[in-house]
Amino acid sequence: MTATIEEIPSARPPARTFRLRPSVRESLWGYAFIAPWLVGLALFTAGPMLVSLALSLTDFNLVKPEAMKFVGLENYARLASDPTIWQSLIATFKFALFAIPLTMGASLGFAVLLNHPKLPFKGPLRALVYMPVMIPLVASTLVWLGFLNTETGWLNAILGAIGLPRIDWINSEAWVYPALSLIGLWGIGNFMLINIAGLQSVPTELYEAARMDGAGAWTQFRRITIPLMSPVLLYNLVIILIGTFQYFTQAFVITNGRGDPNNATLFMNLVLYREGFVFNHMGYAAAIAWLLFVIVLGLTLVLFAFARRRVYYAGGER
Amino acid sequence: MTAVAKAEGRAFSDRSPVARSYRRFLGRASLLMFALVIISAYLLPLLYMVTTAFQQPGQSTTPGAPVYPATAQTATYQGKDYPLYSVPMPDGSTRQLILVEPGRESSGFIDPKDPSSTKIEWVGRWRTLQQTWTFAPLVENFSTAWTQLNFPRLLRNTFLIALLSTFGAVLSSTLVAYGFARFRFRGKNALFIILIATIILPFQVTLLPQYILFTWLGWNGTWLPLIIPHCFANAYNVFLLRQYFLSIPRELDEAAMIDGAGPFRVLRSVIIPQAIPAIVAVSLFHFFFAWNDFFVPYLYLASKPELQPLSIAIQQYNALYASQPTLIQASALMTMAVPIVVFLLAQRAFMRGVVVTGVEK
Repeated sequence: MTATIEEIPSARPPARTFRLRPSVRESLWGYAFIAPWLVGLALFTAGPMLVSLALSLTDFNLVKPEAMKFVGLENYARLASDPTIWQSLIATFKFALFAIPLTMGASLGFAVLLNHPKLPFKGPLRALVYMPVMIPLVASTLVWLGFLNTETGWLNAILGAIGLPRIDWINSEAWVYPALSLIGLWGIGNFMLINIAGLQSVPTELYEAARMDGAGAWTQFRRITIPLMSPVLLYNLVIILIGTFQYFTQAFVITNGRGDPNNATLFMNLVLYREGFVFNHMGYAAAIAWLLFVIVLGLTLVLFAFARRRVYYAGGER
Repeated sequence: MTAVAKAEGRAFSDRSPVARSYRRFLGRASLLMFALVIISAYLLPLLYMVTTAFQQPGQSTTPGAPVYPATAQTATYQGKDYPLYSVPMPDGSTRQLILVEPGRESSGFIDPKDPSSTKIEWVGRWRTLQQTWTFAPLVENFSTAWTQLNFPRLLRNTFLIALLSTFGAVLSSTLVAYGFARFRFRGKNALFIILIATIILPFQVTLLPQYILFTWLGWNGTWLPLIIPHCFANAYNVFLLRQYFLSIPRELDEAAMIDGAGPFRVLRSVIIPQAIPAIVAVSLFHFFFAWNDFFVPYLYLASKPELQPLSIAIQQYNALYASQPTLIQASALMTMAVPIVVFLLAQRAFMRGVVVTGVEK
């Protein structure tokens, strides 16, 4: 496996002609092949990150760039006192409160169901649950918007048929978060597949041993499946959490970017979009982007710190 | 147990192979039924979309209208069209009658089978009556949305943007993955970790400078900001391809090198032919990522209708015609048709790719 060019003696060139040593040649080829990514990293990631950090210390405005002034930490001070920012943080938090448990639960539930040893046609059924991931977000949001419509939507018709009151899903400050979480259910396909792979990696001997000891299905699930799947669940949780803070398209489509009702769907990304591209406050928008980055990074680190104690890695300490 | 079986009148013993396989079949069938019910509920909004896309405009707001696409039936009486109602008669039967003289407390009806007969006076409020509906899918919703949206242009734009950006992304990612999979160089591990770390970097952090850069280059309002950044490889694609390249035996490369093949030749003649499934998966992923993307196209093309892809156009269409759900759902159906069909045809390639990128980290 580790045999490489330099172990082939004939690859050694005669000493007189000028040739690079094979190991140098190999690393040059390596750098050459990864060069597209390195250039992209500099042009579209690392460079812009530095520029955006610099921007956040100015009052840059794309319409009149020559009037740019250095304002120090003023943008960051403004973040702390801007009620819109606080409101968007609270909105994100409320949304996360519904969306994260629902997404985690539904993707695990579907994984357990569609990995059941007795279930026939697993492949096609998994494909059906995965399918909505392929639907353009705008289109799926429009479909759900109709489905959740207060007067003509089917969900309210079903609720009415079983004697429950109609719910004003989209236009009520309280119900818009559960509504957006329901819309988010169509994005669980990836998490479900990852959970299925996690379920399949649990050794069956453990279940057999537990059954011998008289453990029921629920106990087996709680004591064997969940602990052994915790690395996979953590991975999903991190990705979902990042997604929650990046949330944009669905919230933008349901109110055409207005953030209705009463700014309840004005999530951080919408505030950033508005400040940066509608009001042209690019310096302030850059500060919002960095706040977002710090929050996401912080939450990810907290999760990993928590995971160090609670997540079980079958291969021992990592 | 046997007593129960006998009580149910079964001729065979409960422990017989027939009974066991019957029970197993029953278990599987009920589990399948359960799964189908859950999945149907999960996909119910799709049925809503299809149904609404074929409905008459305004059908969903008409009281008493059925769920399926239908028109209220009318009948001609003395040269004019009148609605048809199901009228409960005093003798307990229900008749299909034409409402010709709606009144507050009593109304005049005509029997459509016998229009020349005298008017039937019916006592009661006609608004409480059920209109007669017939199944009538309206295909014009699609043609209306198709022309209003200029759908052929949208399809062409979406397809070209997705194709060009997929080409750039897959080509660059293949080169980079090959570099990471087959060459030893200083800092390789650190660079690979940086590559993976870019996955959790929120795109907002680089968004504004990129926007300023592209605006200064004069690329705002063109497809270039949607295509060029993807031509420099991305973490997901490189990761998936690298994993696959690592599984290709190195002996194949070495055999080719002994025959005098250089690194490009090895990539072209050994690695790529072996890695077709992974390359197909990455291409499909990227193609539909680009097909479905909303934010970046919106940022650069919101004011350029002639260059817009589907998702921008239908969002703006919804902003204009939100009051006409039939047209909106028809446009949504047309937008998702291509991704869904391709996915159902190539679902294995898609679903394998997810697990590789997700779990093997």
